Amino acid sequence: MIRLTTPLTEEKVRSLHAGDHVLLSGTVYTARDAAHQRMLQCLAEGKPLPIELEGQVIYYAGPTPTPPGKPIGSIGPTTSTRMDSATPTLLALGLRGMIGKGQRSPAVMRAMQEHPAVYFAAVGGAAALMAACVTSCEVIAWDDLGPESVKRLTLKDLPLVVAADCFGGDAFRLGQEDYLRSVR
Amino acid sequence: MRDIQASAIAETISRLCVEANLHLPADVLRALQSARAAEPYAPAADLLDILIRNADTARETAMPICQDTGTAVVFAEVGQDAHIVGSLEEAVRAGVARGYTDGLLRKSVVGDPLRRVNTGDNTPAVLHTRLVPGDQVKLTVAPKGCGSENMSRLKMLVPAEGAEGVKRFVLETVRLAGANPCPPVILGVGIGGNFESVALLAKQALLRPLDEVTEDPYYRSLEAELLEAVNATGIGPQGLGGRTTCLGVRICAAATHIASLPVAVNVSCHVTRHATAVL
Repeated sequence: MIRLTTPLTEEKVRSLHAGDHVLLSGTVYTARDAAHQRMLQCLAEGKPLPIELEGQVIYYAGPTPTPPGKPIGSIGPTTSTRMDSATPTLLALGLRGMIGKGQRSPAVMRAMQEHPAVYFAAVGGAAALMAACVTSCEVIAWDDLGPESVKRLTLKDLPLVVAADCFGGDAFRLGQEDYLRSVR
Repeated sequence: MRDIQASAIAETISRLCVEANLHLPADVLRALQSARAAEPYAPAADLLDILIRNADTARETAMPICQDTGTAVVFAEVGQDAHIVGSLEEAVRAGVARGYTDGLLRKSVVGDPLRRVNTGDNTPAVLHTRLVPGDQVKLTVAPKGCGSENMSRLKMLVPAEGAEGVKRFVLETVRLAGANPCPPVILGVGIGGNFESVALLAKQALLRPLDEVTEDPYYRSLEAELLEAVNATGIGPQGLGGRTTCLGVRICAAATHIASLPVAVNVSCHVTRHATAVL
């Protein structure tokens, strides 16, 4: 198990390989469909983004409302592929990591090699359990988007798998092949 | 005629929204446990353990099982001798708004598909109403997340394709979905009817308990065959490899036209939630 803390450097990203198990701590930002569209719109209009992307990690997630006395509600990953069309642009601006679920497009996999970055898979559907790995949650932009607003989260040991690395490695393909070999 | 107050319907819908989102149905939990016991691939078994622990945590801490607390899909079976005092549709709307707001569930509905402004209270629901004999009202709330809903497909096959065509389409749907719908999935398959009814059949199939024995031996064996084929793909939990790609296949079939063989696959994740009450 590898312990990692954000922000991520190119060196840290290069040390990760598809299939590695990671416990991630530190600051990450939530952004999903609508926030990605707004970020692209900001860039098109020459306006600043709500987050400085260099070295940062985006978590594709929209938590449930925070219950009284807790730091956050249930939170797990949403399907990453819906963000694929915006991702190469953000990677070119220095985004170093993403947390989501499901496979990425060939264009994203190429962009992750060109601008070294890592894509982590969190366990989809384990949101009540994973809420315990978030120690703070604060809306920092686009509150009107409700569950889709950009939030700054502090993570403590969020269990993740390196789903795609900066060398083109793909844990989904590797895992499925490994399993099928084991039962042949 | 028996009077049923719309306010009682709203109250019940509100309660069912919360209950469904916090308590994984017992049949799904049992299916997860037996899949875990039968899973030969260690990384996959670990992931299934996490999902089982998550369901326990959700129940014990009153937190939603999944952050995607879904679109509220509501099935209302209204007895034709029941008289609803007030508006059924308004009661369902109010019940969903209250359940999602007071129950701290996520509001995931936008009012228009292209202009996309969040309605703020998870309304409107998707309401399916059916008139049935009797004087009771049976309400089922089945919150549906869209990670899996987005992977669902419908195709108008030709009759010559038969059961083999249905099998090919189901497997193609599962392969295209891959890791996206948070496998292990549950598949609701509608076969027959027409274009608009086959999708509803697939949705209704998801309401059938996983351990309910299918009466018709033909469909019982087709369900078993599909489950085995899907679990031979190797996709596994979360798409990271393993046997447990699917916890159950449920089929609902209906009469169809001589020229037609509609098939719909409603993909659902392990969080196949539903809660029912009778008024």
